[in-house]
Amino acid sequence: MLRTTSTLVVAGAACALASWLFASSQFFALQASLVGVAVILAVSLNLINGITGQFSIGHGGFMGVGAYVGVVTSSLLTQFQLLPGAPQVVSDQLVLLIALATGGLAAGTMGFLVGLPSLRLKGDYLAIVTLGFGEIIRVAIQNTKEIASDELKLVQAQGIGAELAYRVTHLGRATGLSQIPQLTSFGMVWFWVFVVVMVTRRILGSPHGRALLAIREDEVAAEAMGVDTTGYKVRAFAVASFFAGVAGALFAHFQAIITPAQFDFVKSTEIVVFIVAGGLGSTSGAVVSAMALTLLPEVMRSLFGGFNVEQIRKPLFGLLLVVIMLTRPQGLFGTHELWDLGKRKKRPA
Amino acid sequence: MAGLLQHLINGLAEGTIYALVALGYTMVYGVLKLINFAHGDVMMVGAYVGYAAAFVLGDGALGSLWGAVLVFLVSILFCGLLGWLVERFAYRPLREKPRLTALITAIGISFTLSYGFQLKVQPEIAGKKVTLLPGADPRTFPEIITPAEWVTLHVPAPAPAPDEVDPAAPHDAADDFVEIIIWNWQVISFVIALALMGGLQVLVFRTKFGRAMRAVSHDHRVAALLGIPVDRVIALTFMLGSALAACAGILYAIKDTLIQPMLGVQLGLKAFVAAVIGGIGNVQGAVLGAVALALCEELVVGYASSSWRDAVAFGFLIVVLLLRPQGLLGRVQAEKV
Amino acid sequence: MRNLTLAAFAALSLITLGCERKTPAVDPKPPEAKPVDAGVAAAPKQDDVILLGEVGSLTGPEAAFGISTKQGIELALAEANAAGGVKGKKLEVRVYDDQSKPEEAASAAARLITQDHIALLLGEVASSNSLAMAPKAQEAKVPMISPSSTNPAVTEVGDYIFRVCFIDPFQGYVMAKYARQDLKMSKAAILKDVKSAYSMGLADVFEKKFSELGGKVAGIESYSKGETDFRAQLTALKKLKVEGLYVPGYYNDVGLVARQAKELGLKVTMMGGDGWDSEKLFELGGAALDGSVVSNHYSAEDPSPQVQNFITKYKEKYGAVPDSLAALGYDAAMVGIEAMKRSTDLTGPSIRDALAQIRDFPGVAGTISINEKRDAVKPAVVLQIKNNKFNYVATVKP
Repeated sequence: MLRTTSTLVVAGAACALASWLFASSQFFALQASLVGVAVILAVSLNLINGITGQFSIGHGGFMGVGAYVGVVTSSLLTQFQLLPGAPQVVSDQLVLLIALATGGLAAGTMGFLVGLPSLRLKGDYLAIVTLGFGEIIRVAIQNTKEIASDELKLVQAQGIGAELAYRVTHLGRATGLSQIPQLTSFGMVWFWVFVVVMVTRRILGSPHGRALLAIREDEVAAEAMGVDTTGYKVRAFAVASFFAGVAGALFAHFQAIITPAQFDFVKSTEIVVFIVAGGLGSTSGAVVSAMALTLLPEVMRSLFGGFNVEQIRKPLFGLLLVVIMLTRPQGLFGTHELWDLGKRKKRPA
Repeated sequence: MAGLLQHLINGLAEGTIYALVALGYTMVYGVLKLINFAHGDVMMVGAYVGYAAAFVLGDGALGSLWGAVLVFLVSILFCGLLGWLVERFAYRPLREKPRLTALITAIGISFTLSYGFQLKVQPEIAGKKVTLLPGADPRTFPEIITPAEWVTLHVPAPAPAPDEVDPAAPHDAADDFVEIIIWNWQVISFVIALALMGGLQVLVFRTKFGRAMRAVSHDHRVAALLGIPVDRVIALTFMLGSALAACAGILYAIKDTLIQPMLGVQLGLKAFVAAVIGGIGNVQGAVLGAVALALCEELVVGYASSSWRDAVAFGFLIVVLLLRPQGLLGRVQAEKV
Repeated sequence: MRNLTLAAFAALSLITLGCERKTPAVDPKPPEAKPVDAGVAAAPKQDDVILLGEVGSLTGPEAAFGISTKQGIELALAEANAAGGVKGKKLEVRVYDDQSKPEEAASAAARLITQDHIALLLGEVASSNSLAMAPKAQEAKVPMISPSSTNPAVTEVGDYIFRVCFIDPFQGYVMAKYARQDLKMSKAAILKDVKSAYSMGLADVFEKKFSELGGKVAGIESYSKGETDFRAQLTALKKLKVEGLYVPGYYNDVGLVARQAKELGLKVTMMGGDGWDSEKLFELGGAALDGSVVSNHYSAEDPSPQVQNFITKYKEKYGAVPDSLAALGYDAAMVGIEAMKRSTDLTGPSIRDALAQIRDFPGVAGTISINEKRDAVKPAVVLQIKNNKFNYVATVKP
């Protein structure tokens, strides 16, 4: 416990330092935050797809839930001085933390509710249900209304309850929610990257993790051994959705605008691609490939700065995926982890 | 009443196209247990090849029988070849690997096709501009069947609501009936789709190849032991699915006239949903699921709210799966331990 | 195991590359030092070239719009350079693709601003993408001109954000007024695209204004961008027996809507907005569109030499009649160039001040005056379609 706390503190400090150092470069901070969000998404999805052996392609939907709930929370709270006397930065970060927590919890609850009935389904059927769920969320948001600033003022005068009701029914449909308080710093994103990696490692090392692995290897056998397969699957689903929600809330607070189209089926597929390219079941694989693939478009921009490669980026990306899979079907890392590298050398099999 | 009839006609037209695409998903899933994400894009390629063929044949061929047949044939052959290539080089090397890896290559192929077709490549060959890739602009599919009214139904109109009736206005006899027009191409498309489905049914359940295909679908290792050329059967299944997709692409283009590189993604997703509703791997199920899905969407738009159309489609899917996890016609397979 | 380590290193080096700046000149500063200049307005690096940045969708579902805009901008730059450039410097534009995604647009804008040091940012067509870009430009004090984002919220982001088109409410208002007062319609319906902010915005205003003027909006149906079968919605609307159908969508959709409406025997006057403007519309819709009316930024029939000159040059270069997006792209670039000419020292704040001063600037898509909200105040034209041509019928002043 002490070790975990101290590592957390050190990581937090390192992230704060880094974010102070790089705060002045908009582009760098933006890329680093985007990469961090991708990593959180990949690592959390890996918990479902890689470690538990289920197949979800609705992670984008959970991210969307987190983003929207987080934004509603922070828009409500920024009007208040939460800590009287504290500097604005501290109060802002507190608001952000609350927003992240509500966003994550909302997504986690949603994951639980979706998971409960649908995790009785197997394989591809589960996949299509998660996909359908993501699409339903998108359509639901599209059917809300847009915020009108004069209406908002009237509602704000009626108190916080009325404003909450107004904001929940006015999620900006296709236009999206804009004028989001820009509270996320790149350090905060990377702090959460650290948290999600730690949590996954801890889960894996625990009896809980063994149960998940058992479900992946052979569900029938696991059940025969007395593992409550549905229960474990639903919990894994809820934890992963929680982190997807946090990622969404982080994303929303450095993006200036969120639209339903950002959290659609394409987004979910992107995350699946991250973890498969990295090696299903490998957390470090998910981290590295999420980083590399998120930056790939920018790298291609850098490499071909002179030419106009904009239009061939996407088809090239598709071909690259095929080539990666053909040459290294187990993904970059297989099921290995970076932190196991040292151990294996000491213990030759 | 008139509205309902029209909705049924619309829904059937949409449903047959979903069905042709869903059949491809379901057959490939049957033999490979792979969701072939690139299938929708093969359909898109089919529509474009049909477009190119019609273009090369020139205006003279439009509306003639041989012109239409040629357009279909060229597209079927091209897509069959494309299906074979994709299977041979992107899926076969991964057959013994975890299923997800092949799924990723499928996504990769889908990206390559749908985004590749957004490039405009027009090199000059022998002094003439030849378009190799069409670019992102949507194109209008030529009328390979000259539209004509096949039959016009006069259906009695419902009495208008009392508050809508303007007492001053003279009674207009034209208001008593609603015209429902059925076009020749709707009938032709429907017949073609039915013929294709019937042909497939015969192929799968009445021929030697069909039996081999069902055997591979049941257990490809045992099938191989029994002397069935598994590789060839799978390749042929892919080609068959792609050929159906090509037909679906052209029928779609005849119906909705606009083709663009992303069309396969959206339609492919719906068709996949249809295949799952029907019970993936089941040939009749795909057709049933497709028609059910299309009608469901159509009626939601007609009688509820059109902005919830996609949500209802997926909600329908979820309800079906929760009540019948194996799909409408899917069979539960006991798992051997 | 060694393979793995190598792979990890390869991935890491990719990552560092991604963050590295790429400028054509040899950079005296090490890459780590680059962040500092983000806070201040970035001046162009090379002395003889002024670099502009554009973000647009060159791939993805809205690629056609991005490409038109880009061609309009390129044409404007070519003309300006032929006329001697700005302050003796040549103009160049660097274009990044955003695949019609807001997060890509934000990334591309940040890259243009902090890595490429552009003097002026142009883009986007879609309001959602412009809203994602605007805070980046605002923060770095780089002026941004949106050619055709019509959502009012875009320029509300800050005082560095401008646009050269009119806003949604105005267009919806123009059509509602024309339908009610000139066409004497009493019952109309709306078919809108729920995935498009533009379409929803216009539809809202039309509904409100049309009812205010005494008309009745009998039904509102919707579709999602990318759908090509509108028969279900049209069948539902057929039951309502309306005189007019307002379809504030883009030409791809509208052409099909018209064709399918005719196919179903639905007899209505269709109405729309600037999204209809494309030669493709007639290819898709054909005779089914006859009699429809649209509001637009400009009329290609406009005899003024400036407009005709633009059309001729555009046709020469790209082989097509420019649509309104191309015209607006051209105008945005021209307004930007004019502001740079008037600015004192080509820094962000001075270009911004010059932009805010633009009055009665003769653009091809109408005369542009920038108001205190940094929106362009300009008239709209109403066009009627006959025999596959837009014919001018009226001008509506704001």
